Amino acid sequence: MAINWFKYSAPSTFYGLAGKLIPWFSWSAAILFPVGLYISFFVAPTDAQQSEAYRIMFIHVPASILSMFIYLVMAAYAALGLVFNTRLSSMMASALAPTGALFAFISLWTGALWGKPMWGAWWVWDARLTSELILLFLYLGFIALHASIDDPRRADRAAALLAIVGSVNVPIIYFSVKWWNTLHQGATVSFSGTTMHVVMQQALYTMLLACWLYAVAVVLARVRGIILERERKSLWVLDLPESKQ
Amino acid sequence: MKALPLFGLLGLVIRRDLVLAMRRRADVLTTLVFFIMVVSLFPLSVGPEPELLRRMAPGIVWVAALLASMLSLVRMFSADYLDGTLEQMLLAPQSLSMLVLAKIIAHWMLSGLPLVLLAPVLGLQFDMPAQALQVMVVTLLLGTPTLSAIGAVGAALTLGLRGGGVLVSLLVLPLCIPVLIFGAGAVEAATSGTNVMPHMALLGALLLLALVFTPWVTAHALRISME
Repeated sequence: MAINWFKYSAPSTFYGLAGKLIPWFSWSAAILFPVGLYISFFVAPTDAQQSEAYRIMFIHVPASILSMFIYLVMAAYAALGLVFNTRLSSMMASALAPTGALFAFISLWTGALWGKPMWGAWWVWDARLTSELILLFLYLGFIALHASIDDPRRADRAAALLAIVGSVNVPIIYFSVKWWNTLHQGATVSFSGTTMHVVMQQALYTMLLACWLYAVAVVLARVRGIILERERKSLWVLDLPESKQ
Repeated sequence: MKALPLFGLLGLVIRRDLVLAMRRRADVLTTLVFFIMVVSLFPLSVGPEPELLRRMAPGIVWVAALLASMLSLVRMFSADYLDGTLEQMLLAPQSLSMLVLAKIIAHWMLSGLPLVLLAPVLGLQFDMPAQALQVMVVTLLLGTPTLSAIGAVGAALTLGLRGGGVLVSLLVLPLCIPVLIFGAGAVEAATSGTNVMPHMALLGALLLLALVFTPWVTAHALRISME
């Protein structure tokens, strides 16, 4: 049996597939979030050194991981769109950007909330914090560039180029900030939590999975919106039951 | 049409940009005046204590140089875009990347080089020691071409957009952070008596990377913006 690998690379077919997938992702996220939060806040034991304040990690760590990973996924989709000129890849890239920026912001915000009781300061110029902040700037640059070009195809391609340049730059920025920080003898914080309690691990993984599912659901919903907006003049959109009402 | 040799082409485009700039000297001078003004604002805002100023000087000069080069970025392609020259460059049989490289070099000679030459005078205002001044000039010499090269990508992407000036800074500034860190870091190392070579080597590496890749990326960006 020959499988048509490209069936869902057309916005018209993907629109339906995304519509079917969204309930699965959003419901499982809706179930996992309370479970994860419950384990994080009530079941997981109190940390010996950081007492209760460490619990913000259960939101902070998944948000940081996702903010970095989404940038790579976004750059990969953008590159696909630029090289193969596929419409859907570019739409996915622009649908991912706001979610990535949101996670970067949450990561910075919760980091600040954690830093106040731990380090005694809302913000320190730690390498990790600084590079996360720059990552947020890169997301905002991508969104701003995309928003300021009226022609969507040109916007896609220009923003794709920016995302690729950004992803090449991310490691350079990370290491430069890291070396800069060690030279300046800033706050030396090490997460020596390799021997984490099992329940803590479970809470963390549950929260990570929940954030994943949430991100997928939201991005699929947003890409559906973008598809409808871009293809509003095409026949298949006009034939949709929701546009006939 | 006879094909020009590669370096002849580079020289031609650079000379043309320099001649154009000489006819409109005000553009180049505003960037310089901006640079001097930004640097001079710092003592007025943080206070005139010489000790504090001496410590802050490398950072201040570097940030001011970064902002000044942002200011002139918008003009890199816009005049050529408006009068149709850029379209001819895209159609030309020569490699667009080489044309872009020439534009980057010309931009650096007009905005980066004057800053490098002015920086020692501004450093003296902050009472920097002679050795640190030397290091600062060398880092600026290595770093400002990188800023022009990275900036070219942003300038090409935002060509002909509304609010291009602010947007180009938003896009380019995060990418310039490594240059800023190593540039200011080298001067800092010189004042504190540690080895400056690692910073210099990294700045040189960034410059080489930027010179190899950005003309190509900028050429792509120009094609996207002009289609």
